[in-house]
Amino acid sequence: MSAVTETRDTVQAATQSGYKWGFETAIEMDIAPKGLNEDTIRLISARKQEPAWLLEWRLKAFAAWRETTEPHWARVTHPPIDYQDIHYYAAPKPKPGPKSLAEVDPELLRTYEKLGIPLKERAILAGVEGAGTEQNVAIDAVFDSVSVATTFRETLAKAGVIFCPISEAVREHPELVRKYLGSVVPAGDNFFAALNSAVFTDGSFVFVPKGVRCPMELSTYFRINARNTGQFERTLIIAEEGTYVSYLEGCTAPQRDENQLHAAVVELVAFDDARIKYSTVQNWYPGNADGKGGIYNFVTKRGACRGARSKISWTQVETGSAITWKYPSCILQGEGSVGEFYSVAVTNNHQQADTGTKMIHIGANTRSTIISKGISAGHSNNTYRGLVRMMPKAAGARNYTQCDSLLIGDQCGAHTVPYIESRNPTARVEHEATTSKIAEDQLFYCRSRGLSQEDAVNLIVNGFCKDVLKELPMEFAVEAQKLLAVSLEGSVG
Amino acid sequence: MSAALAERGEDFLAEFARRCASLPGALATREAAARRFAAAGLPTRRLEAWRYTDLRALAAVSFAPAAAGADAAALISALPDFAAPRLVLVNGKIAPASSSFPEGDGVGSFARTPDFALRCVPLAALNTMLAEDGAVIRVADGVDAATLALAHLSLAEAGQPIAVHPRHLIRLGAGARLTLIEYATGQGCYWHNMVAEIALGAGAQLTHIRLQTEATAAFHVATIFADIGAAARYDCFTLGLGARLARTEIHARLDGAGGIAHLNAAQLLRGAQHGDITTIVAHDAPGGASRQTVKSVLADRARGVFQGRIEVARAAQKTDGYQMSQALLLSPEAEIDCKPELEIFADDVKCSHGATIGALDPDQLFYLRARGIPEKLARTMLVRAFLDEAIEGIAHAGARAVLDRAIARWWEAEG
Repeated sequence: MSAVTETRDTVQAATQSGYKWGFETAIEMDIAPKGLNEDTIRLISARKQEPAWLLEWRLKAFAAWRETTEPHWARVTHPPIDYQDIHYYAAPKPKPGPKSLAEVDPELLRTYEKLGIPLKERAILAGVEGAGTEQNVAIDAVFDSVSVATTFRETLAKAGVIFCPISEAVREHPELVRKYLGSVVPAGDNFFAALNSAVFTDGSFVFVPKGVRCPMELSTYFRINARNTGQFERTLIIAEEGTYVSYLEGCTAPQRDENQLHAAVVELVAFDDARIKYSTVQNWYPGNADGKGGIYNFVTKRGACRGARSKISWTQVETGSAITWKYPSCILQGEGSVGEFYSVAVTNNHQQADTGTKMIHIGANTRSTIISKGISAGHSNNTYRGLVRMMPKAAGARNYTQCDSLLIGDQCGAHTVPYIESRNPTARVEHEATTSKIAEDQLFYCRSRGLSQEDAVNLIVNGFCKDVLKELPMEFAVEAQKLLAVSLEGSVG
Repeated sequence: MSAALAERGEDFLAEFARRCASLPGALATREAAARRFAAAGLPTRRLEAWRYTDLRALAAVSFAPAAAGADAAALISALPDFAAPRLVLVNGKIAPASSSFPEGDGVGSFARTPDFALRCVPLAALNTMLAEDGAVIRVADGVDAATLALAHLSLAEAGQPIAVHPRHLIRLGAGARLTLIEYATGQGCYWHNMVAEIALGAGAQLTHIRLQTEATAAFHVATIFADIGAAARYDCFTLGLGARLARTEIHARLDGAGGIAHLNAAQLLRGAQHGDITTIVAHDAPGGASRQTVKSVLADRARGVFQGRIEVARAAQKTDGYQMSQALLLSPEAEIDCKPELEIFADDVKCSHGATIGALDPDQLFYLRARGIPEKLARTMLVRAFLDEAIEGIAHAGARAVLDRAIARWWEAEG
């Protein structure tokens, strides 16, 4: 594609129908040329004023990436991805921090408006000084690749919590980043994690020091914005002894025709008695009704329960993306540590989701719970893929897994692929899975009480997902219920 | 890692090149199988279907084809009496003197009337390439053929491991019935790589009871393809006790409406035994039902594997699929790997699977001990109770008695 057409396409935002969040903001971008090589990585590192060790780490990851091949074991199909046809860096033009909303780039504010973000929060998001002292949700907005604004810094700082873009953490807290970056997901862990490690541009960094209960829910809105810009976020959360932190991640993306690659890495570290709750509502553009367009979401999420009695809980509601490839996992190392995975994955039209979790029980008396609800409609395919592994030292460990799939329509597929491995006789593993359609009698019951077919399906689907939705923080639970309804629109006769 | 596997694969291809002219049946089918096998080789753990079973131990052995004239008299006289006509195979070939064929021409040998299809899973392709003999069992429409026993004896002379690839064909016409008891045992180091092709006509019923008590140095791979017609019923039970490495792989296809497949299995393993039970149930027609109960009891350093996949095609509405796999680990070094899979493309179905893994319940042991039952007996009772669900469906009294004795002996040795 020539530079001229590309520019024109960037300016002409394609917003035709359906997807509520489908729009594109024309903000001046600082874009690296397409393609991936050592120079690209040096450019990213230089733009972000990174120390030499980080550049070296990126280059090592890049070398590892070149050695590995793209995995094809997941039940997803897509045209080959041309990794040289992607911009690996895009940053909004640097500007000095605004003093009031009037100084904020109006395009950015319009984006927030379309997203339905309250006015006060918009000011906070845009980094207006002095805005926001009462809210209890802190947001680190990732606008394309650079964190545009981080809020509630002061309240958090008072508690001793560090919550900032990871690029800033590299500058301000290099010793922490260097110690923990790649300690849960090594740079060469898998194809997509290696790619992310080489080219990650930004993401969130959270550090909760010993004994602190984080005073508010931490939240990040991810937005994929520039055309053809793969997003490579890197999130790192460290919870020291006896801490608690809840982190929310919500996603919407503008509509576009070309598929976009997204390969994020999230690393969580929990020490003795620390608890991390990580919640995701993922609603990226799923492609149109014919399966054209949509986001490719290849994510590596992993948490290490290093300390005794530590706990990591993943909750996800996945309704978006053309392809979801995502397995939030827990390494249960500390004695008595706990891992949880609650997931709702909805696929409609031609979406493909291959998602699940890994629970690696290393320590004694570790416990894990997996509740997965998959809903397939239209021509979509929805796969649960999970691993529960009891290592020889995991005496007294417990796992309970329940995977339920719901099929809506006869052109979709629902698949369950659990791997269960036990090498300790005192460990107990229980696994249950079911697949069915919406029961006729339930539908009939709802219809006979005057609900429309669509409302009845929504009601039943919400009930089906209740065990997961109740794990979400309240703000998210409301949004998630609406999302389920929107995602299944047009799927019932 | 796979150098030994590749080398062993080459050996079998060389054997085929040497012997292909003298093997019975369509050479074209064998050559096609050889091409498949040459392309795939012996499966490595990189192959998803072989993720948990490593054939390197097998590849370390240099097998020869079995020489004729092995003296199996001792093994034959030790065969259990199933009170039914029996076919005896020694090292992959039917031994007519020891066999009692039922009346009529329904039962014969593969060597005389070869009938086989190209099978592409790697070890079935190897079998297709090298099969010499086996049982060909045909039951005509509407005939109740009662019970038939099929014993496979393997005998390897000291120092010369052998590989045998028997090929069985079982065809039941519409409404026909048969109980087939398959019994495998042997001496020495050998590889028994059998394939059974089963086709059930509309409304036919086959009860297939399989008792595997191979020698402790042996390798056992059984690949069974069962095509189940409309309203036909395939009841299969496998007991795995022997062999150093065993794999039972059943491909059941319900291709007529209302077919039923019951695939139950139990394996009791100790020492460094490795036992793999893999099932693929393909529901291709509406209204089918499948039930599976698989139990593994693992002592010492034994390793059990269960992989079970239920596939429901778009056309197979009203399918009812259920699968349960349970494992009991009796030792800190035992290991179980389970992969129960559902692959579903039809919406009006009811499919579920469950899996549990654990040790004997200490509360249950305590309860029995508190009532004066010695620990060993208490453990035996609990393990028997654990196995019962998989075994209870076996109606054939003779087979059931043999099975109960085999389990009791296993448990005595366990001590």
